[in-house]
This record gives sequence, C-alpha cells and structure tokens, in this order.
Amino acid sequence: MKIYLKIWRQDSPAAPGAMKNYELDDVSADMSFLEMMDLLNESLIQKSERVVEFDHDCREGICGQCGMMINGRAHGPLSHTTTCQLHMRSFKDGDTIYIEPFRAAAFPIVRDLKVDRSSFDKIIQAGGYISAATGETPEANGILISHPIAEAAFDAAACIGCGACVATCKNSSADLFTSAKITQLALLPQGQVERTERVIAMVGRMDAEGFGHCTNMEACEVECPQEISVLHIARMNYEYNKALIISD
Amino acid sequence: MLNSKIPEGNLADKWDNYKEHVKLVNPANRKKLDVIVVGTGLAGASCAASLGELGYNVKSFCFQDSPRRAHSVAAQGGVNAAKNYKNDGDSVFRMFSDTIKGGDFRSREANVYRLAECSANLIDQAVAQGVPFAREYSGYLNNRSFGGVQVSRTFYARGQTGQQLLLGAYQALMRQVGANKVKTYSRHEMLDLVVIDGKAKGIITRDLVTGEIERHAANAVVLASGGYGKVYYLSTLAMGCNTSAIWRAHKKGAYMSGVSWIQFHPTCLPQSGEHQSKLTLMSESLRNDGRIWVPKKAHDERKPNEIPEEERDYYLERRYPTFGNLAPRDISSRVAKERIDAGCGVGVMKNAVFLDFSKAIKEQGKEKIKEKYSNLFKMYDKINAVNAYEEPMLISPAAHFTMGGLWVDYELMTTIPGLFALGEANFADHGANRLGANSLLQASVDGYFIAPYSIPNYLAGELKAEKITTDHPAFVEAEQTVKEQLQQFLNINGHLSADHFHKTLGKLLYDGCGLSRSRESLEKAIVSIKALRDQFYKELKITGDHTVNSELEKAGRVADYLDLGILMCEDALSREESCGAHFREEYQTPDGEALRNDEDYCYVSAWEWKGVNTVHELHKEPLVFENVSLTVRSYK
Repeated sequence: MKIYLKIWRQDSPAAPGAMKNYELDDVSADMSFLEMMDLLNESLIQKSERVVEFDHDCREGICGQCGMMINGRAHGPLSHTTTCQLHMRSFKDGDTIYIEPFRAAAFPIVRDLKVDRSSFDKIIQAGGYISAATGETPEANGILISHPIAEAAFDAAACIGCGACVATCKNSSADLFTSAKITQLALLPQGQVERTERVIAMVGRMDAEGFGHCTNMEACEVECPQEISVLHIARMNYEYNKALIISD
Repeated sequence: MLNSKIPEGNLADKWDNYKEHVKLVNPANRKKLDVIVVGTGLAGASCAASLGELGYNVKSFCFQDSPRRAHSVAAQGGVNAAKNYKNDGDSVFRMFSDTIKGGDFRSREANVYRLAECSANLIDQAVAQGVPFAREYSGYLNNRSFGGVQVSRTFYARGQTGQQLLLGAYQALMRQVGANKVKTYSRHEMLDLVVIDGKAKGIITRDLVTGEIERHAANAVVLASGGYGKVYYLSTLAMGCNTSAIWRAHKKGAYMSGVSWIQFHPTCLPQSGEHQSKLTLMSESLRNDGRIWVPKKAHDERKPNEIPEEERDYYLERRYPTFGNLAPRDISSRVAKERIDAGCGVGVMKNAVFLDFSKAIKEQGKEKIKEKYSNLFKMYDKINAVNAYEEPMLISPAAHFTMGGLWVDYELMTTIPGLFALGEANFADHGANRLGANSLLQASVDGYFIAPYSIPNYLAGELKAEKITTDHPAFVEAEQTVKEQLQQFLNINGHLSADHFHKTLGKLLYDGCGLSRSRESLEKAIVSIKALRDQFYKELKITGDHTVNSELEKAGRVADYLDLGILMCEDALSREESCGAHFREEYQTPDGEALRNDEDYCYVSAWEWKGVNTVHELHKEPLVFENVSLTVRSYK
C-alpha cells in the first residue's frame, strides 16, 4: 500500500524542529510499524539523506525503548500496544500518518523521535527498590505471599517504563509510572520497612524532575502497553498522605 | 597454555574451597579501586550493583537509553533452581547432571556444579528484592517444568521472568547510583579495550549522543555485553544486541570459545516476509501444554482444524516418547527443520510447525490456559491477528542464544588478566546446548555470586600496582584506532546500507552455519563472507554525521559480525562431530541423531586472533569428566 508520512525532524535539543513529508509505495500490511520506518530509512540512505532517528530495541513489546506519537496517540491507534507491536494492517492504503516524539519537559528531545527518559531512572534511584544486600538473603519460602497479592504486585510490576503515560497526559504527569513501582513494593511483605520513606522520596523526585500533576483524566491507562491501572495512583496518594502523617 | 583454575577437592566442595581461600580487599582500600562494567543486563547490573555495594568505584555502561532496557528483559519462561520444592526428586547433583547432559558433555563439570549450587540462593536473592514470582494459593513459590528435564525446577513470573529479574537487578543498581557508588553511562558504546603490560586497564567508548570518543581507566574491566545471535540478522534478539565489546577484546588478545555453538530456539514466530527485522520468541513454557505437529502428508493445504487426528504427525511425541514435547531445544529445533525440509512445513512461507492447545483446553479449560499463558496468546494475536485458543499457533526455530563467547577460567577471567566476562558474553556453563531457564540463572549467578569473589581476588593483587591514567600511550593509540575506523566508515560513501550487509551475512550463516552444517556448506560460507566483507569496505554508505547516528552504530557492529561470522564457520569446520546445537550432517547415527566423537573432540575450542587476513590459532582446553560418565544423550 501507499503511505504518506509527516515526521518531526529536529537535529538537536537546541535546534528548531519541523514536520517533513515523505511517501512510501511498497508498504506491506504484515510489516510492523518500525519495519515501515526501516523501509523509509533505507530509502533515505539511497537518497543520501540523514535517516530518521528513533529509539527501539527488543521489538517484542517488552524493553520499553520504542515510543512515538502516531496520529496524536502515544504508540499509535491501538490501545495497550507498544509501537513495535503495531502493524501496518492497522492503516489503509493512502493514509497519512503523523509521527512525533513523546513530548514532555522532563523528556528532552535528543534528535528527531529520540527523547531522553533518564528522569525515570532518577525516580527509581530515589527509592524504587528494596535494600536487599547481595549474598545471604533469607530462604525464599520463608516469606509467604498469597497468590492474589503476588498477582496484584505483578500487575503493577509489569510496567515497562516506556513513558507513554507521560506523553499522553496533558500535564505530563509521571504518576502512573511512579505509582506502579510504589504499589508493587508496598504490597509485598519485603517492601514494608522502607514503605514510608520510599513514597516520600519518589514523589519528591518526580516533582523535582519537572513532571506535572495528575488531574485524573485517566488517559495514561488507555495508552499503557501493560494496562497498568490508575488505581495505583490512588494507592500512591494514600501511601503518600499516610507517610506524611507517620513521618511527622 | 590455558589454565582453567578449577579448585582442588571434591566436586561439591570446590566452590566452598575457592571462597574460603580467596584473597580479600580491606574495605578502606576498596574505594581506591575502579571497576568498569560493560552491559546492564542481568549479569552486568547484578555485578555492578554487588561491587558498588562492596565499596568499589564502579562505572556501568550500556548502549540503551536506560540500563533497564537490556535484553535480559525479554526472557519469558523462567529461571531454574534446585530447590526441590515439589519433592519430585530434584537436587543440586541432578540439576548438575541434567545440565551437563543437556550441554552434550561439552561444558566444565566444576562450573556447571557451581551453577546448580548457587541456583537456590538466586531465588532467595530475587525474592528478597521483591521479584513477584508465581505463588501457590498457600503462599509458597510455584514451579513448572521446562525442556530437557523431568522435574519442576523452573521459577517464573508469568511470561515475563526476565523482565522481573532484570528490574530487580536494575533497582539494586539504581540504589547504588543513588548512593553515589556506581556511575552509569547510558547511550555509550564500548569500542575498544585498553591493554597495558598485558592487563586490561580500561576502555574506549563513544557517547552515542554527542559522538565524543571517551577514555575510561580502571583496575579491572568486566564485559557483560550479552550474546551475538543477532549475527544472523533474523533472530530473537533485540536490534542492538551485538558482538562488538567481546570482539574488540578478542582482537586485543582474549580467546573466543565454542563460537559455532548457537542455540536455535524451537518456539519462535516464523518469518512472514522479506521486510522482517526480527523473529519473536514465544516462551518455551508453552510446550508444557502445547502439542507440536505437522500434517503427515507433504504440502497439505488444509487449515489445521480441518486435518483429522490420524493425519497429524506429533513428531516429537513419536520420536522421543519419554520427553515428547519437552525434548531439549536443539533436538526440537532440528527435527522441526527436518519436517519443514521434507515438505510438511505450514504457514505462508511453509517454514513453520503447529503448536496446538486444543487438547490442553479440553482437559483443563480455557480459563486455566489463559491464566498460565494469556500474555503470550495476546502477543500472538497482536502480531498475527490469529486467536490461538481456537486454532494452533505457528512456530519455527530461530537463532537465539550463543553458548560461545569469550573463553574464561573458573574465576570468569579471560585470557587477558583483569578482563572478566559474565553471562552470555562468556562461553562457560552451557556446553554445546543450553537448557531452557538456565540463561537467566547463569547471568545472575555470575553477577551476584561469583564476580563479587573472583574480581576482588584479582584486585587484591592490583592494590600496589602503578595507577594508570588515561594519558597513557595505550589509551591514545586505542582512541586513535577507534576514530580512524569511524572515519573510514563515513568516508566509504558507497551505495549499500549497513542493514543490507547484515541481512546478507545472516542469510549466508543460516544456510552455511545454521541448524545443520556440513564441510561443503561451511567452506562455501567462508568464501562468501570474505567476499561480502571486501564489498562492505568498498560499498558501504552511511548518511548523517558524527553525533546521534544509528547508521554509524550499525556499521561498526556489522564490521565485527563479518569477522565473527568467518570464525563461527571455521570453528564449526574444525569440529568433525555433532554435539548439541552443532549438527554436522556428515556425523549422524542411522536414525538421524547427533553423533558425538569424545575420542577427538572432548575439548573447548579457544581461538586466538592473529590479524584480519590471518587464520586464527586453535587452542584446546580438554574437558575432564570425573563425576558423570560420557553417555549418549538420549531423550527417547
């Protein structure tokens, strides 16, 4: 099929960016969206033009590295799907597709569609872990966890850190990302000891990194490839308020 | 001469003996010692976090935008541990002997025993970190079984075990970063190793954003940069997986071992067309409930549900009744290829076999199957637009894990003192085939439990060594070499992309050095790859500049793959036997099974680089088996 593309090109964080037009003639419906981008880049090389830079790696929907705004939606037209798992059968012959980077003040543009999401790492550095030293940890079956709790912790732990929640949020809030980690660790018995300081530190860092506040529009849950629930945000707020009372 | 440094004593005592006699570094001295860790997957992140926790200065490098993206994240099925929670007869020794046998008697006894021994601790470690493994309703940990074994020793977190284990290691790493004990360098690629007076003393990296070439000095360098299965282009690996870190180290003197031992994973989604950039893995755990079959009749065009039971060939159950659909990966893959080559393949390109859940759904109910594998069924639907609850999945073997890698001794040190290789980057533990759920285990055990003993043992001897700075001529020279190579790529200005060369190389390797090999196919591949390499240096085209440039990154990786591809074929050519994943057509039993030759080939090959147009020198590390007997590997 024939596809018309309008893609955001930006040389560097400081340079001005602009949408540029491209056309592709031989797009197959079985191609993944990123394979379509490969095809475009191959054609740009043949024309001696600089390729469109985009982040991607596993192409299995799990590493969280890919992500772009496609026709105004994070990861494209399907819900709960990473860009790499989107296929061209979701588009029709003659379609025009707008492709832009994930936009947020806390995700500066590196080049074209690549953005810097290291602010997510900094949120985890602030306390998104259990301080278990390496080596002589206790026998695993010594910590009993009921099946429903283990499953609920897993639902939260499934976050792949792609940043679609931030990109789709009108406030560029990182609440879904941060709350997923808070919930995972708060549900598990191992996470209890550091529960209070963890939530205060992580929420504080999230604000310091320049993410906005959540205003309960719930767009993040719709776009999240792992269907992380907004209920985690409610839990995070509860944990945060409780922590403030306890720590005072 | 290769010295594997296996400790004295009985098999079961070796690791304890080693730990009890290892040299220690005084806590006050640890902060005077710098360690570089390349790669942030399970091996790299766990090693960097553990060494940071001990008090060493650690620099951690990855080419991705965040350490959390490393490809360990994609492993689905599980991680093995000899916990015997199911009381089904498992033990450290049984896991050891399963793994030795699974590797077709081409791995070191002492390493494999240690792997089994440390496996129980890994589960403890991961649980303590909050990894949400599957639980029984009683609250105890759950297990399932995997290919090549008859006990349930695999721990899992739905179909995302790799992701959850990696996040545990990543969080441990982030904790050390927050505590200023580890410094991370994301979007950095190692492009050379710096060796001074025969010892590894640092690396040259390229900042993939600014394009700046940087020098980093250290007292020890750890390569945990993963495997090179992407050499086949179509593989289950992430697009960025590459060989460059270990290959550049190889060119500086580190030997490469078992290079042609590549695992072809039996449960991947088949290639559907020429546009394809990768093959997606479906967890091997599906084989617990899925039955594998093809139509008995060649070129059968009917839809799977229209083919009656008696016209289906459940070939694994037929040929390997004891293990059936859980036969090890090398066997399952090879028999699939054989059926496909016989004209019984299914799917658009006739390159697949069926993985059928209808019996399991009938017996256990759809809900039970959903609970076990729903994410995999969903993924299948997303990619193929097929509901696998209603018709069988299509699966096909694909290049996956590399058992080969840098040669290391028992301490995981390469032939260059001070250079360590962990996880898939080394050749250790798996022999000629890797059993399922052992890759996450090996990577984690290397990083959490072995490196924190063996690296300090080396560092203790370095405390009094002269402090090397990045002004040293060896750094200047290595940086110059890297810069010249990058400039060379940019200057060629031909007309073919790096991807073109990568795809062409991949096809040559699948045909010549893939699921089965012969002298003829290997010799032919070597000639073709050399010609392709010549063409690469004449006709490569890279657009863009020195800064963010994914084409420039690819070019460096493809250049290394071209050299590696030749060595893979030479390694396969030199081994005139069939073992594990290495199936030489000339060496098979009358009923088509691999024919090993322990008389002449019971060794690990260790290849020494001698220059671009010079043949590698083969060194051999003989394998000695004292605790298991070298039997014919049978799964019938």
